[in-house]
Amino acid sequence: MSDVARVAAALPAGQHVLNVCSDRYRFTVGFAASLVRGKVSLLPSTHTPEVIRQLTVFAPDAFCLTDDPKCDIALPRTYFPELKGEVTAGLAVPAIDSEQLAAYVFTSGSTGTPLPYKKTWGRLLRCVHNGASRLGLLDGRTHTIVGTVPPQHMYGFESSVLLGLQTGSALCAERPFYPADICSVLASAPRPRVLISTPVHLRALLAAGMPLPETDLIVSATAPLSHELARAVESAFATRLLEIYGSTETGQIATRRTAETAEWQLWPGVTLTLKDDGQAWAQGGHVEQPTPMCDVLELTEGDRFLLHGRMADLVNIAGKRSSLAYLNHQLSSIRGVVDGTFFFPDESHASNTGVTRVAAFVVAPDLDAATLTEELRRRIDPVFLPRPLMFVDKLPRNGTGKLPQEALRELAARHLRPPT
Amino acid sequence: MPDNASPVRQPAPPASSKDLEREVADLIVQALNLDVTAAEITPDAPLYGEGLGLDSIDILEIALVVSKQYGIQLRADSEENEHIFRSLRHLVEYIAAHRTK
Repeated sequence: MSDVARVAAALPAGQHVLNVCSDRYRFTVGFAASLVRGKVSLLPSTHTPEVIRQLTVFAPDAFCLTDDPKCDIALPRTYFPELKGEVTAGLAVPAIDSEQLAAYVFTSGSTGTPLPYKKTWGRLLRCVHNGASRLGLLDGRTHTIVGTVPPQHMYGFESSVLLGLQTGSALCAERPFYPADICSVLASAPRPRVLISTPVHLRALLAAGMPLPETDLIVSATAPLSHELARAVESAFATRLLEIYGSTETGQIATRRTAETAEWQLWPGVTLTLKDDGQAWAQGGHVEQPTPMCDVLELTEGDRFLLHGRMADLVNIAGKRSSLAYLNHQLSSIRGVVDGTFFFPDESHASNTGVTRVAAFVVAPDLDAATLTEELRRRIDPVFLPRPLMFVDKLPRNGTGKLPQEALRELAARHLRPPT
Repeated sequence: MPDNASPVRQPAPPASSKDLEREVADLIVQALNLDVTAAEITPDAPLYGEGLGLDSIDILEIALVVSKQYGIQLRADSEENEHIFRSLRHLVEYIAAHRTK
């Protein structure tokens, strides 16, 4: 609480905070300090120059709270103050109004402008409380949370920062990256300990073939895990693995124990409805308003459902979500690009960590690959940079100007290397 | 005569650094499904961000390949980490110095 008070006092007047602290403890203190000062945290999915520019349009008074002296984000910067561990006596935990606007999260939208979603403090807490109960963390013990995901990502925000605040768990400030790092941070975390991770990191951990520290619970989100991988993780760590399903718009809404069942169970109060066009909508509980889900869902029984993959236009790479429409918009708005399209190859092109990248075809006779890639890097998150980027004379558009998937697949078959 | 009783880690057969450079470049291109050939990777160009344009998922992929192939577990908390990925040459030097197989 003393640290929160100290940081709160250091925050400037602007009402909107882009908190980019990479240290999980500093991020959490910065978030709490913003809440105390009645400021709203901005959580865009990426920090490219173009997204930062759009944020300044959305919130002209936005400032950036950072713990990195090399931070080059184009916003007024406030450096995270040095904390000396001084404890100020008599500070009460402040009561935050549940209707207070705590954060805006953003999805990429399809027109090039990120779409904001409001998150009130009360709904965020309700969501995380339901999650804590489903994960079995409300058993009176103090858990230690180790996260491999950044605190700014919606999943990391909910499942490390907020989960820690809500359950009184200890947070590991580090964000371990390599398998050896994850193992050493885990091993040094007091038990019971929880690993908040993703399929990419879990695959890497298994593939590294090192001794894995005993862990009391493993949580995975961002992309669905296969039954096989879930079982392998459970047996390698001799523990339970629970998967969380959700979206930026709704927050987390369901869990499953993947090694035992393919069915997801919704969190209390949340319901799903299928509309006539087959799209599933979530509402109730902590979900702020009826919200269309971007995946193909099949409702089974009661509060259960099955997930049958993403809708055709959506791309999810290692927890970063975008749509082909958005990526295509960014590509074609580059000067010198006559025509262009992104393409999502089938999953046989996945790497060792299970990641499939997007490719792109572009008609741009006056541009070279390096220039075009540099332009794209300004606009889209690096995980979506096309790999490969292929220059072609023209795209196989049909009579109505559309690009049939089949024609694109044929074009790709001619240009993409076969999966290894 | 090798002394079998003392399991001292023997350095790998002394491949020339050019050979190792080529071998590592090949591994990277294969693991990441890159659109360039191993010979096109400039030894001194940055691997991360600009240059070859790798991101953190790629670095994780490379770490996996390096641990399988050369028996090295990379650590982010070692000061060398930033240095290692500065270029192919740095990575190769690190592998040559630390390989256990």
